[in-house]
Amino acid sequence: MSTPAAKGNVLLDVRGLRKSFGGLVAVRDMSLTIPARGITGLIGPNGSGKTTVLNLITGELHPDQGLVLFKGQNIFGWPPFRINRARIARTFQLVRVLSHMTVQQNVMVGRMFGADPTSPSLAAQDATELLKRVGLGGRDAVLAGQLTYIDQKRLELARALATRPELLLLDEWLAGLNPAELQIGIDLIRVIGRDGIAIVMIEHVMEAIRALCDRVYVMNAGEKIAEGGPDAVLSDPRVMRAYLGADHAAA
Amino acid sequence: MGVLFALGAVALALLPLFVSSYIISVFIVLYANVALATAWAFFSGTTRYISLATAAFFGTGIYVLAVAHVYMPVAVALALAAVVGFLVALVIGLSTLRLRGVYFVVFTFGLTELVHQVINWWDIRFNKTASRYIFTDVSNTSIYWTLLAVALIAIVGSWYVSRIRLGYALRAIGEDETVARHTGVDTTRVKVICFALSASVMAFVGAVLALRYPYVDASIAFNSNWSFQVLIAALLGGPTRPWGPAVGAIPLVMLSEFLAGTFPHHFGIALGLCFVVIVYFLPGGVAPLLERWWQALRAPRDPGATHTPFSSRLAARLRAGASRLEAGGRT
Amino acid sequence: MILFEVFLNGILLGGSYGLIALGLNLQFGVARILNLSYGEYLMGGAFTAFFAVMLWKVSPFLSLLVSLPIAFAMNWLIYRYLMVPLVRRAPDQDALDADVVLVTFGLLFICQGWALVYWSGDLRGYSFLATPVHILGATVALNRLLSFLGACALALGLFYLLRHTRFGAALRAITIDPVAAGIVGVDVQRTSALAFATGGALAAISGMLISMFISFSATTGVEYTLKALIVVIMAGVGRVTGTLAAGLLLGVVEALGGYLIDPGLTIAINFALFTLVLLLRPTGLFTRA
Repeated sequence: MSTPAAKGNVLLDVRGLRKSFGGLVAVRDMSLTIPARGITGLIGPNGSGKTTVLNLITGELHPDQGLVLFKGQNIFGWPPFRINRARIARTFQLVRVLSHMTVQQNVMVGRMFGADPTSPSLAAQDATELLKRVGLGGRDAVLAGQLTYIDQKRLELARALATRPELLLLDEWLAGLNPAELQIGIDLIRVIGRDGIAIVMIEHVMEAIRALCDRVYVMNAGEKIAEGGPDAVLSDPRVMRAYLGADHAAA
Repeated sequence: MGVLFALGAVALALLPLFVSSYIISVFIVLYANVALATAWAFFSGTTRYISLATAAFFGTGIYVLAVAHVYMPVAVALALAAVVGFLVALVIGLSTLRLRGVYFVVFTFGLTELVHQVINWWDIRFNKTASRYIFTDVSNTSIYWTLLAVALIAIVGSWYVSRIRLGYALRAIGEDETVARHTGVDTTRVKVICFALSASVMAFVGAVLALRYPYVDASIAFNSNWSFQVLIAALLGGPTRPWGPAVGAIPLVMLSEFLAGTFPHHFGIALGLCFVVIVYFLPGGVAPLLERWWQALRAPRDPGATHTPFSSRLAARLRAGASRLEAGGRT
Repeated sequence: MILFEVFLNGILLGGSYGLIALGLNLQFGVARILNLSYGEYLMGGAFTAFFAVMLWKVSPFLSLLVSLPIAFAMNWLIYRYLMVPLVRRAPDQDALDADVVLVTFGLLFICQGWALVYWSGDLRGYSFLATPVHILGATVALNRLLSFLGACALALGLFYLLRHTRFGAALRAITIDPVAAGIVGVDVQRTSALAFATGGALAAISGMLISMFISFSATTGVEYTLKALIVVIMAGVGRVTGTLAAGLLLGVVEALGGYLIDPGLTIAINFALFTLVLLLRPTGLFTRA
């Protein structure tokens, strides 16, 4: 479980993923490969199934069909906590923190129960370090519910990082930030990527996609409609059609 | 703080040497309530899965003792009661704690009646009797010390757990179970084990108290008022501190001594009103207020100490309860 | 043919269970209040009917003139003055549910305590229209049949209300999404209060209907709250037809289980069915998954 993968190795291999809710097919034959290093983008209009794919990978939902291989191991049917301990971490579309626990305790939970479980005292020290890394240094004793929006996002990131992931899944982590905060956020993600953690980011902020991603997958109505480098993908007429509707897809 | 606690414990242990039998009895009931309320808060106060089934486990303990004491020494029967309580809760937990909060609450709501009916039926059907006699010569003082010990262990245990990993897991589940799940916490296992632990303490307390009754039947053993009283004690005192439920149990037992004997049903009404008042005006219980008062006395250290109302913290519990009932699903 | 008779009785009983659950469905599905004291209003209806027959020597149906308005008014007041403050202060549905569970649990003990004080814990019952009726070769009691027909009539009435009246449309809108309903002009608070009150009234009517053939005491309310909760959860909140069907299922399983296993184990049988459904299909039996 703790063997590091060299860059270029496939870390996450998703094949033929399918999920429907009653009559609605949310994800249809979705495949993607994530390398051990680098940042991959997952974009598409609202309702295209991006978060569902995330939920399927992290075990929150069970796929109807398909295969999810992480470091060669089939993680289908694994409960979320086990997947997290296997070094896949995530953040949530609507930021979720443990409001009535302190900032430090929030991160401690990640450190204590993530991939390298440890005691509360050691977790406390590591948490303080991590909080400094994400820009929340010195705020250890503040109750998480009292943080500002961007600080809560940082906290969520710190908590995810505390679980010692090799793969980090960000669900619209840059949403709702003003330009200054956005730049800080982009830099933070870049640093994390450089530190050796593979990142998949679901995003609508195209500036971030261009700035950070090596590779981008585009989804629409549950299916993959394009993949490739960010510039290529973002000028692909099919992608523009998906976002803007057929009438507006001029060259 | 710890020194005070130890001194208090010793003082209480020596009490029977100086007071009347009646006072000893009152304290016995007090310790029982403290232990039950603390055990309840250990699970339901942290994870916010509200269990209305205290009486079911308490009654199970009474009944196990009533049946078993004929065949084995009292101490073994007591241990057996704890084990049975643990196992029953384990089964229930495994069935219902995988699902969301509302199902659990509803299940525990009916549990006391269920166990009551089943045991009644079993006894009448197979043993041709609906009641059991308890013949032991355990002294009041022994019961006093046993229950004092259980109450102290419950409080200390609660405090200890809150400082180790398990305590963090419990609180994380109570704050936001989805987050806990995705942060490496094996939520089902934590919930089930802690629920079972709390139930075994309740069963043990029931078994010890049973030693005072010459006679029990299913109706005596499985009385929902216990569920309710314990809930009030825990909520009044404050379910988020290890010593909170103990604080809440004291006025409750005092009131019970004055009212319950003479006006049992009026007592129930009074409890109900009390309860409603607590939920509206004292959602976090008395403990956070006492704490702030204590801190203010010692030094104005942290003016930002936040009062966190229990009810608004009961967010994750039943989080998807209502919507789950519409859309369904378990994880 | 005994089995068929048992089955038939199960259907008749199940109709009543469906009706009981419909009231809770209104309170939980529309007003979003999980009312643990629901069964107490059922008992109120039953006791009023009992007094009507034993003290005033009139038909139990007339007792509805007393119990219906009281149940309606009490529930309306409870919603308006006890529940609304909770709704207002709760940050989300879950905090609300937690508060509500605690408060209604308290209300349960208040109601029960009151009933125990004034009516004692004795078991009550009376005989009314216990004449045998022959249907399809089986014999059932007329009062059970009447109760079933009454339940069907009320369910049909409710169905019509929901489908063909503005009020019903408002109820359904709130069940689906209270915020959206508010945006399109529904007076959510007032409608919820009326739904909650109607639920309580249905409880009282059901209580009167089943009092014709069951024995009950001041503490029997909990059992019926439980059955209602089980039916509502099995059916999935909000659906009239599903609730009735789930009620019928519960009635039949209980009757057959009681006959084949033991009549003294009804709660256990209820729970067994409940647990089974929870384990296999927690979405509800009749919801589109």
